[in-house]
Parts: sequence; C-alpha cells; structure tokens
Amino acid sequence: MIGDAATAQTFLDAVAFVVEHPGFLAGKALDQLALSGAALGLGAAVALPLGVALGHLHRGSGVAIGASIVGRALPSLVLIGAFLTVLGIGFVNNMVALAVLATGPMLTNAYDGMDGVDRDVVDAARGMGMSRAQTIARVELPLATPLLLTGIRVAAVTVVATAPIAAIAGGGGLGDVIVNQASYRLEGVLGASFCVMALSAGVWLALAALQRAMTPRALRTDRVPGAADLTRKELP
Amino acid sequence: MTAAGPVIPEFGKGSACVTGDHVFCWDWVRDHWDDTLQPSLVDHVELTLIAVAVGFAIAFALALLAHRVPGVGQPVGVAAALIYTIPSLAIFQILVPFFGLSTTTVEIPLVGYSLVMLYPNILAGLQAATPEVLEAARAMGLERRQVLLRVELPLAVPAIVGGLRLAVVSTVSIATIAAFLGEQGLGYPIFQALKQPTPFKTEIYAAGALVVALALACDLVLVAARRLLVPWARAGS
Repeated sequence: MIGDAATAQTFLDAVAFVVEHPGFLAGKALDQLALSGAALGLGAAVALPLGVALGHLHRGSGVAIGASIVGRALPSLVLIGAFLTVLGIGFVNNMVALAVLATGPMLTNAYDGMDGVDRDVVDAARGMGMSRAQTIARVELPLATPLLLTGIRVAAVTVVATAPIAAIAGGGGLGDVIVNQASYRLEGVLGASFCVMALSAGVWLALAALQRAMTPRALRTDRVPGAADLTRKELP
Repeated sequence: MTAAGPVIPEFGKGSACVTGDHVFCWDWVRDHWDDTLQPSLVDHVELTLIAVAVGFAIAFALALLAHRVPGVGQPVGVAAALIYTIPSLAIFQILVPFFGLSTTTVEIPLVGYSLVMLYPNILAGLQAATPEVLEAARAMGLERRQVLLRVELPLAVPAIVGGLRLAVVSTVSIATIAAFLGEQGLGYPIFQALKQPTPFKTEIYAAGALVVALALACDLVLVAARRLLVPWARAGS
C-alpha cells in the first residue's frame, strides 16, 4: 500500500472534485447514457425480434446459446478497437460496438422466454380460436415478459458499465475523464470513477424496480429481480 | 525488428503490407509472435487462472455458508449482482492509489467478477438435490458431511462447471482492460496499436482474435471436463 494519509487525502480530493464540478460530471454522465441508450436500442432492434421469433418457433437454440457464449467471449476493447479500424473514431463506432455487446443477453433471454412458454397454454389459445399473431401478442409475450425484461436489464447494465471504455475511441461520457489523467489529475479520475460506479448501480436498481412494476402480477415472485442474473442454465 | 520490450509498429519500416497498414499482415504476426503476442498470451492465461482460482475458493466457501445458514443466500446474491455492475475501468483506477500499477490492482477486480459469477451457480448446484434424494440419503444412514460429499457435491458438478464456464469466458474478456494499467495480457498490444496516429489494424485483429480464441478454447476444455466428471448426464441427453 502506498502511504495511508496520502491515499486518504487523494480520496478526499476526489470527493471535492465531484462536489465542485457537478454540472460537468452530469453532462458527461448524460453523454454516457445517450451512447448507452442508442447502443441498447440498436441491439434490441436486432436481438429482440430475432429471439422472440426463434423462441416462438422453438428453433435455433444453437443460435441463442451461441450468442450468449460469443457475446461473453468478445471483449469490449477488441470490439471497439476492431470497429474503430472500420468506422473511425466517434459515436457511431462506439454505438455499434456496444450494440454488439447488448445483443447477447437480449437474444438469449428473449429466446428462453418464448421457448419456455408452456405448450399446453399455447395449444389452448389456438384451440380458443386465437390466430398466431394473437397468440404471440396476448399469450406468449406476456408470459415471456420476465425473461425479456431480464435480458434488457442485463444488456443495459453491461452497456452502461462498458461505455467508459469507449473513451479510448473518442466519446465515452465519464470514461473521457477516467482515461485522461493528464487533464483531470488523479482526483478527477477517481471522482469520475465513483460517478461511473454510481451510474451503473443506479441503472441496475432503477431497471430492477421497473422490471418488477412491469411484470404481470401473476408472474411476480417475491424475490428481488437480479439475484439470478448471473446463474447459467445448463448448456449442452 | 525484434528488439526487446513493447513493439510499436514502425510505419517507416517493415514490409509493404505493414507500412501501408493493409487489412491484415501475416508477416507482422510471424515477426512479432515471439516478442509480443506469445508473451501477452501467456500473461493473459496467468491473469485469468489466478482470478478464477481465487474467486472459486471464496465463492465455494460463501456458497457452502449460504447453503447451511438459511437467509444468507439472497442478500449475498443481490450483493454479487451489484458488484457485477461495477465498471472495470473505474475499479482499476480506484485501486491504483492503494496498490499502484501492480498485478494486485488488476487481480482484485478480476477475482471479484469471477467470484460473483461463480457464487450463484455453485449455490444453485448445492441446492439441486431434491428433498426426496436427501431423505433417501439420510435414511441410508449418511451423516451430514457424507450427504454433502457423496450426494450434494456430485449433483452440484454440472451447475459448478456452468458457473466456471461463465466466469472463465468473462474473465478472459475483462482481463483485456487490465492493460490500461500497464503491460498486462493481450489488451496491451491492442492499446499499443490504438495509440498509433492511425490504429495499426493487424495488431488489433491478431490480439483480439487470440483473446476470443482463448475464451472459446477454455470453454471447450470445461465442456470436456464436465463430460468426464458427470458421466450420468450423457445417458439422459
């Protein structure tokens, strides 16, 4: 450990930095949320329809499982670096790289949610004269809601927590401060690091509350959503 | 060309491919395998193994505790999920004042991330034994310790391996960020390439491909290990 008094002073300076620059840090946090939101939207536009369609057809489990493994294996740094060579520095590169990260959890959970709907329930809906579209919209999607929302939440937290790395390719919100010790000094770097941690924990908690509110009452469990996020289902 | 230390591609030298920064230069990979890629790969494997091994030991102890003491599992699970939201770049920076630009600074977060992925999976595995199975084991005269060693742990193996796959693949991936703090792992060549006036494509692609290949190779090894450890699962599927 480096000198304890000096370390304590450094952290006090970091807190002072946050207190003295709330507007600047809030602006950076908003940049980060904008980038994350755009990436999440782009990823969701691809992953959710695909996952829902495959899960509805009970086909392509390999695609869903592969997406979860490859999604985990692809490091954010590699994605951002690789897209940077194609798309150049800036918002578009970072958005695309983060969107790729977001697709994994959303695709897998959307697939699992739809695939896991009790077939008897679907048969009953069809037997009552519901069309395929009605069955999806009024039976399967509501029953798949908890897992769909879990996928979105995990993807959102992954993207928000990874966004600072986008700073190495220009524009990562609070990450811009974290990687620029030359301009902001250690107290700025640490202050921004605390803000990033608070931001991603805040996003996680907010989405967990939202998920609870949006889950149909009958499907609600008393457990806090999120505790099971990190459990892996049995895979082949 | 093969001087010691980090190799920064020199655009003035090298083959026409390297000088012109073409899409991928095999000759650069050949020339710099020994001095850049291979040492980084070995380093990366080391970072991952330490993180997962230490994380596993802590997660296993926590899961055993939660398994024995009711009411511990849920709060620890939520805490684990919250730890997972901590951005790697931020926590690396926050630990620098304490431990400097050292391996310790890098390993603490990596251990933390692998721990929070292993814990819920190990706990789920320990809880895989149904009440009927436990009843039968006790009726056969097994003591508590014997139930754990002969019934619960074997039944937990599939979930534990599942957690290990998740932890290893994620740790390989997150360990690339460690290079932000210095010459550690396969992230280092990528950061070096990104520092060039024009990002050096070959180095990014080669190191990136090695990270992904390492992650997928580890995953395959664990799948194979599970086949050996859980022979009864094959009969079912």
